[in-house]
Amino acid sequence: MSQSSASTRRAWFSRLNRLVDFSPVIVALALALVVASVLLLALNANPLEAYAAMWEGAAGKENATAETLVKATPILFVGIGITIAFRGGMINIGGEGQMIVGALAGTTVALIMGEMRIPPELAKEKGAFDLIIVTCSLLGGFLAGALYGGLAGLLKAYFDVNEILSTIMLNQIAVQLMNFLLNGILLDPAEAGVNNIPKTARLVTAAQLPRLSLPIGDPHLFARTRLHWGLIIAIALAVVIYIFLWRTSLGYRIRAVGENERASSYAGINVKRQMMFSMFLAGGFAGLAGVVQVLGLQYRLQTDGSPAGFTGSAGFNGIVAALFGGLNPIGAIPAAAFFGGLLVGAQKMQRELGVPASLITAVNGLIVVFVVSSEIFILQRSKRRVSLQETPEGLGSSGSDPPDSAGRGGGGG
Amino acid sequence: MELEAIFTASVFASAIRLATPYIFAALGETFAQRSGVLNLGVDGMMLMGAFTGFYAVFITQQDGSLSEPLSLLFGVLIALLVGGLMGLAMAFVSVTLKAKQGISGIGVYLFGLGLSELLFQQWVGTPKSVSGFPRITFPILTDIPVLGEIFFHHNLLVYVAFALVPISAFILNRTTFGLMIRAVGQNPEAADAMGVSVTKVRYATTTIGGMLAGLAGASLSIALINLFQQNLTAGQGFIAVALVYFGGWRPWAVAAGAMLFSFVNALQLQIKVIGLDIPSEFAVMAPYVITIIALVFASKRQEQPTALTKPYERGE
Repeated sequence: MSQSSASTRRAWFSRLNRLVDFSPVIVALALALVVASVLLLALNANPLEAYAAMWEGAAGKENATAETLVKATPILFVGIGITIAFRGGMINIGGEGQMIVGALAGTTVALIMGEMRIPPELAKEKGAFDLIIVTCSLLGGFLAGALYGGLAGLLKAYFDVNEILSTIMLNQIAVQLMNFLLNGILLDPAEAGVNNIPKTARLVTAAQLPRLSLPIGDPHLFARTRLHWGLIIAIALAVVIYIFLWRTSLGYRIRAVGENERASSYAGINVKRQMMFSMFLAGGFAGLAGVVQVLGLQYRLQTDGSPAGFTGSAGFNGIVAALFGGLNPIGAIPAAAFFGGLLVGAQKMQRELGVPASLITAVNGLIVVFVVSSEIFILQRSKRRVSLQETPEGLGSSGSDPPDSAGRGGGGG
Repeated sequence: MELEAIFTASVFASAIRLATPYIFAALGETFAQRSGVLNLGVDGMMLMGAFTGFYAVFITQQDGSLSEPLSLLFGVLIALLVGGLMGLAMAFVSVTLKAKQGISGIGVYLFGLGLSELLFQQWVGTPKSVSGFPRITFPILTDIPVLGEIFFHHNLLVYVAFALVPISAFILNRTTFGLMIRAVGQNPEAADAMGVSVTKVRYATTTIGGMLAGLAGASLSIALINLFQQNLTAGQGFIAVALVYFGGWRPWAVAAGAMLFSFVNALQLQIKVIGLDIPSEFAVMAPYVITIIALVFASKRQEQPTALTKPYERGE
């Protein structure tokens, strides 16, 4: 085979690969849209009307857009963490639990430091902001989530406990821990003995993340909405983690372990340590999601006692966003916005058409299935194309050889 | 001491009852995992089985179109069918499309969680109860003190679940089909070379797993609790997956794990009932903590099917 035709073929494949990078997401979205439409039709709702209502609810007005971004913020934090974990080969399903633990720790730090640093008469002062409290609280949330995630990493690395199962168990444990603490030592003193709604005291103003508005128009864009600085922190960290994963040797090691554990081990990478580290970071970002929900939005930690009472399932939706973003932290930004919009839009759809918002949970599940299916499907097809060109069919399919070497052997002969 | 108030006959009886959904789901999952497919969507399949089974019973009992036993049978069949269809879909995704099993399973779970809730809100609205499988009263046996209450006063599905344990062990260890399942999970290349279709076997086991997951869900909604509500299973399907690891992929040990788990659960309920001074949150937490600890020790054994979660690719 001549050199030039081989190089054109290589160029063709690299172009194809670049296309393929995005196609699973597009395929998944298209398929999910089709299935959602069928479901809507089955429920006697006009899909076009439903989508119009969702769009209106998610982006129709200034406040709708802001709510979409507010919902997107925890999803993005979790999504960044999930991206790190999945890139490192760790299937972290523990976003929910890590969020809760992060929120518990971060809120506790904010409450204690708020009492120490801010005199009671200034507790409700408008516009107050204490960088030290907020930073410590965010770090506390990160660290707690990271340790909780790292625990699953440790169990996997040293005790060979499947991380999917351990993180699912840890989710349930975290919910109970939160219910216990919110009904006990963290319960708002003003609420104790009154009605025992599980919630903490309200944070002092200085411990709250400021609201976010853009200097466009008068009054400023988003000035009268709940949008807060958590979004900016999340976006900035997405960029940082992109650089970390693809431009530093530490990030390279995480990805190497995720790509091929055995080869990484031969190359001298401490696989066990990388497993724990990627779970540590993933948990940390979920923890941030939790503490930012408190500092930026709710100003107190509260729940209705149910598993998703505090998290709003952001720990699960973060997984969907991470996959949808192509396991790339930058890609997770639009993905999180998209799923935030779906959640907010679904509320509007429920009000206008009477279609339950739980449709979105089902659609999210479909998107996950479609993304992972089509990803592999497309990969297989291109692989098959290569092997068809190089191997006569039927050759090299002897069962006892490992598939890889058999394929290559056939190609060589 | 209060020990007598805790370990009552009714605690043992409810432990046996509560084990039913775990046994169904975990046995189904054992088949799938033994053949190399990790089906993490069990909880979603349970929810769909629970809802559709419940709904089938609900409508046929409301309009009186079927007599009570027939309507319950109809509910079980529908749950088996829906679970089986979801298992088939899972097989298509993980065997034919070779998707990453851990993640696709979470997708199936979310789908089942969302769709069961959606249909429930749309078709039923608020939690309503049906008259589910009645408790069987055996002549003489049920009247035996203590033992009668523990063993001989349950509904039909409880006995079906326990009967499935030896049947599953027999199928896996003593039949050709079982041998094929184990071969495909242990060494798919060799099985393929011997003329066993890896694809067909994995489709079969994953579909069986789905059917049993659907039945597990129905055992909650039409035999144990007799109603459906949002997220009825509350993660029991995931526990079932953990039990398979815990039991080292052997039906008897998996069922023993299910019994242990449901016993801790029954104890936790009893502690709440008699108002013991243990925070109820810790009691609820205990089974999960125990599961993690159990997984730490279970994983030391080397019985995991070698090809678990690995899609089979013919060398080409």
